Amino acid sequence: MPAAARTWSPPPLIRNPWLRWAIYLGALGYLALALSTVEVSWLRVYEGLERGRVFISAFSSPDFTSRADEIRQGMIESLTMTLTSTLAGILLAIPVGIGAARNLAPSPVYYVCRAFIAVSRSLQEIIIAILFVAMVGFGPLAGFLTLTLATIGFMAKLLAEDIEDVDPAPLEAIRATGAGWWPWLNYAVQPQVMPRLIGLSLYRLDINFRESAVIGIVGAGGIGATLNTAMDRYDFDDAAAILLLIIAIVMVAEYSSSHVRRWVQ
Amino acid sequence: MPVRERDGQRLWQRRTTPAELATWAAWLATVALFVYAWQVMTEDTIWAFVWDAPHQIADIGARMVPPRWSYLEQLWAPLWDTINIATLGTVLAVLLAVPVAFLAARNTTPSALVVRPLALFVIVASRSINSLIWALLLVAVIGPGLLAGIIAIALRSIGFIAKLLYEAIEEIDHTQVEAITATGASRGQVIAYGIVPQIMPAFAGITTFRWDINIRESTVLGLVGAGGIGLNLQASLAVLAWPQVTLIFLVILATVIASEWISAKVRYAVI
Repeated sequence: MPAAARTWSPPPLIRNPWLRWAIYLGALGYLALALSTVEVSWLRVYEGLERGRVFISAFSSPDFTSRADEIRQGMIESLTMTLTSTLAGILLAIPVGIGAARNLAPSPVYYVCRAFIAVSRSLQEIIIAILFVAMVGFGPLAGFLTLTLATIGFMAKLLAEDIEDVDPAPLEAIRATGAGWWPWLNYAVQPQVMPRLIGLSLYRLDINFRESAVIGIVGAGGIGATLNTAMDRYDFDDAAAILLLIIAIVMVAEYSSSHVRRWVQ
Repeated sequence: MPVRERDGQRLWQRRTTPAELATWAAWLATVALFVYAWQVMTEDTIWAFVWDAPHQIADIGARMVPPRWSYLEQLWAPLWDTINIATLGTVLAVLLAVPVAFLAARNTTPSALVVRPLALFVIVASRSINSLIWALLLVAVIGPGLLAGIIAIALRSIGFIAKLLYEAIEEIDHTQVEAITATGASRGQVIAYGIVPQIMPAFAGITTFRWDINIRESTVLGLVGAGGIGLNLQASLAVLAWPQVTLIFLVILATVIASEWISAKVRYAVI
């Protein structure tokens, strides 16, 4: 073959041409089908643009003062809910996480803990919140229970994976001294997983605050309830103030937690 | 090493005495904070409702089973809508997140002083607001329906996809970029032949992962009116039709498990 006719082209992502074109065509067909089911009333969108403009301009004049009491109450509920549920969740996650670690727990305990984690992780926070509101009534207590349950699932899973990854040498060394199960856990396992556990706890604190802003929509207290009321009244200035507060707190939390994590690890 | 002397014997301890005191003080402060926060939080709680909970659980539990299977026929259309919200939202998010990621990555940004902080701000703002809140806003602005749901999912996903993608771009092997540049390639060609092939597996993984999360989130968007199966959930809850609620929960659970399975398979295939 003459050298001039040889041009290189990058290899395709999917080698088999039939499969490749079938995937492309399928994706295109799905896109057309899906887009056709989206009914958009452009008139409503057009009318909405004006409201959207009002809403965006509300961010330049957020109203923190006229409903300051409600906003403060919502914020206090959100913050206390976040704090208590994170602490309670972590405390309860530790035994579950130990139980779900292959190298520590006997297999019946392992399967029970893993099943609990799987169930609590596959249910959405908001769905759990609906159930808890129905059980214990409106208010932050329902939010506390929801976030605690979600925290247990999250922390226990990551803790269990962390315990399974520990260096086995210290485990053996402590065991060789004749230590019982508790001292063994305390001196061999705990120092190895502690830095990451603290890091994850701070990360979860962050997530819980964000979630606490959401579950208020179904009546579980917190700033979400205040925001929902503001949106229902089309009080965009209030809503803008609440959103700015949420963004500010999330940013502060994220920034400080990344600092603490760097310091711990 | 902290060693304490007692009765002529040297005893090892894990921390020095001041460190031990500090640890105990930290624990005490944590407990005190918890108790204080708990009291503030439960100030307005009506405990009669809480103590009534076992009774309520038994009551709702009895009303929730058996699920009303005949209601399933009415759920296929909203379920299809839910999947469309998640998928179209992910597609839209990818289209918007890829340029943001290239602008935010330290090695591809055109200006580290102006454009990069701007792109990072977009990422943080998008990540700090949950898709349900985006939906709440969008329903008020452009009206209830699928479109609000799709845009809400997209707005929330931009930050997630862009963040993970720009981290992947920053971690690429630099020698390949240099090799392509040495052939005299233009900026666009360097990105297409030097960077894109390196981040392709990460990109596919991130997108599928986010799609899986979006399926979960889109199931509840209907609670604020943004379409999908959540609308049926909201309607059933409003009339306390618990057998229908159970069925919807089961359908959501099945969808979530299916999407998790699909995304795990895809990620396993590409990575």
